[in-house]
Amino acid sequence: MLVDQAVVLHWFGVAWQPAIIDSVLSNVLLVFCSLLVILILRYYLPKYEQYINILSLCLLLAIIWVFLAKWLLMLSIGNGDAAYANLLTHSLPVRFSIGLLLLGCLTLISILWFNQKEQKENEKRKADAEKLAKEAELFKLRQQLQPHFLFNSLNSINALIGSRPNEARKMVQQLSDFLRGTIKKDETQWVSLQEELQYLQLYLDIEKVRFGNRLATSVDAAEELKDLKLPALLLQPLVENAIKFGLYDTTGETLISIQAAKENNKLVISVINPFDPETSSPKQGTGFGLKSVERRLYLLFARNDLLQTEASNNIFKTVVKIPQQVTKEN
Amino acid sequence: MSKVIIIDDEPLARSIVKEYLQQHPELELVQECGDGFDGFKAIQQHQPDLIFLDIQMPKITGFEMLEMLEQPPAVIFTTAFDEFAIKAFEAHAVDYLLKPFSQDRFDKAITKWGEQKPADRTTAALIEAASFSPAQSQRIVVKNGSKIKIIPVHDVFYLEAADDYVKIHTHEGYFLKNKTMNHFEQSLDAQQFARCHRSYIVNVQQITRIDPYEKDNHVAILRSGAKVPVSRGGYGKLKEVLGL
Repeated sequence: MLVDQAVVLHWFGVAWQPAIIDSVLSNVLLVFCSLLVILILRYYLPKYEQYINILSLCLLLAIIWVFLAKWLLMLSIGNGDAAYANLLTHSLPVRFSIGLLLLGCLTLISILWFNQKEQKENEKRKADAEKLAKEAELFKLRQQLQPHFLFNSLNSINALIGSRPNEARKMVQQLSDFLRGTIKKDETQWVSLQEELQYLQLYLDIEKVRFGNRLATSVDAAEELKDLKLPALLLQPLVENAIKFGLYDTTGETLISIQAAKENNKLVISVINPFDPETSSPKQGTGFGLKSVERRLYLLFARNDLLQTEASNNIFKTVVKIPQQVTKEN
Repeated sequence: MSKVIIIDDEPLARSIVKEYLQQHPELELVQECGDGFDGFKAIQQHQPDLIFLDIQMPKITGFEMLEMLEQPPAVIFTTAFDEFAIKAFEAHAVDYLLKPFSQDRFDKAITKWGEQKPADRTTAALIEAASFSPAQSQRIVVKNGSKIKIIPVHDVFYLEAADDYVKIHTHEGYFLKNKTMNHFEQSLDAQQFARCHRSYIVNVQQITRIDPYEKDNHVAILRSGAKVPVSRGGYGKLKEVLGL
């Protein structure tokens, strides 16, 4: 711009020195105008209906710029150089057009830039708010099952104290270990399959005391799989779900099985439970636990295909796949 | 001697009630039941004076079981944790035992029952309140002869007023329920069910088309081929639910 203007002025017969002064002066002023526009837009981003204001601003700034430049140039060079003064006056419309065009382009770019920035911030804020709301909701869902389980377990202990004090004592122990596990475990932590299965066994054992002979469980995990890793407490909601539909909502004997396998460097865990199609459908009951697991898997792996469910012949099967590469980083 | 039945799905929960009952020789335990279906049968068979009833049980809840009974006996509710139920109890001043409970608390409940015997009205009001619980908005429990039938609401085609009853039409024919249309209009999900006529509530997911019918009226044709009358006011409600 700077060089260009000087060369053009020289072409029109202005000596090098005034041409350079003219160019520097007008361009420095133009830069100030541009900065002013950017500054204004930064703190005051117009809505669509206010674009006319911005247009007026550009027009005003262009006019001020042209006259300010002319006044300063007349003072510094034009006084002793009539030919230059003449050229200056005649070139005003051209200078004005170029200035307006430049300011206009700059405004447009700034608006786009700031709008995009604002939009990104809004999106981020919205995402954060949604995440918080979701987590609060999941927390609440988990809390709904816990008190029910806890108070019923205490009631069972109360019943056992009179008739079978040794069993009561054992159940107090199991319940304490289970609760300690829930409190101690940080949901961001990864644990070995062995550890998670031991924890689930505690939970299942407590339910066995509550429901007596009705509940049978089978946990099937080969020795070599026991060191594979998974996010802490990930399986808990799946087993709770299986217990809810397989045990709480049925009347006969119930078998709940947990099977582990390794497939394409993924730990694959299946939880299988019967359900009563007449009174409940485990798919509808996703609110209880499956959704929270799905959400966690998405947050951890950005994938939605790691949790699958199928229902057939009154048997409900939940399969969760846990990629193993990520675990090594932890 | 008063006859007592315990209905709870956990054997240990029943055994503690049984143990506490030993302090009350005037009460005779005639049966223990593990779910609402069994409880329903036992109550009809024994006509007990008092029942101990858990809320959350397999198949049907304690409230749903009570709803099926023409003359429900006096009830002492036993529950571990159920926000909705506890609110309903408090609203209707019904005594309930929160698990785990002590012999003392149990004795108090028995004394209270002995003092205020015919409590039919409060029980009826409680059952009505409980039928608005979230668990019960997904299904309708009806009596089919001497059996209990559970109808998931998405299986319902439409409801039709019939004197003191409501006819619930499904692919298996219709079932009668001793409730009012207004009750169903309030308890069913308004996104799925619309009161399209003074005497009809329709499942909007079952509608295939709506035809004009005589002057100012319409008729909704369901997937099953059934035709449901739509009044002028009902047409507006239907359009709203369907987003037209």
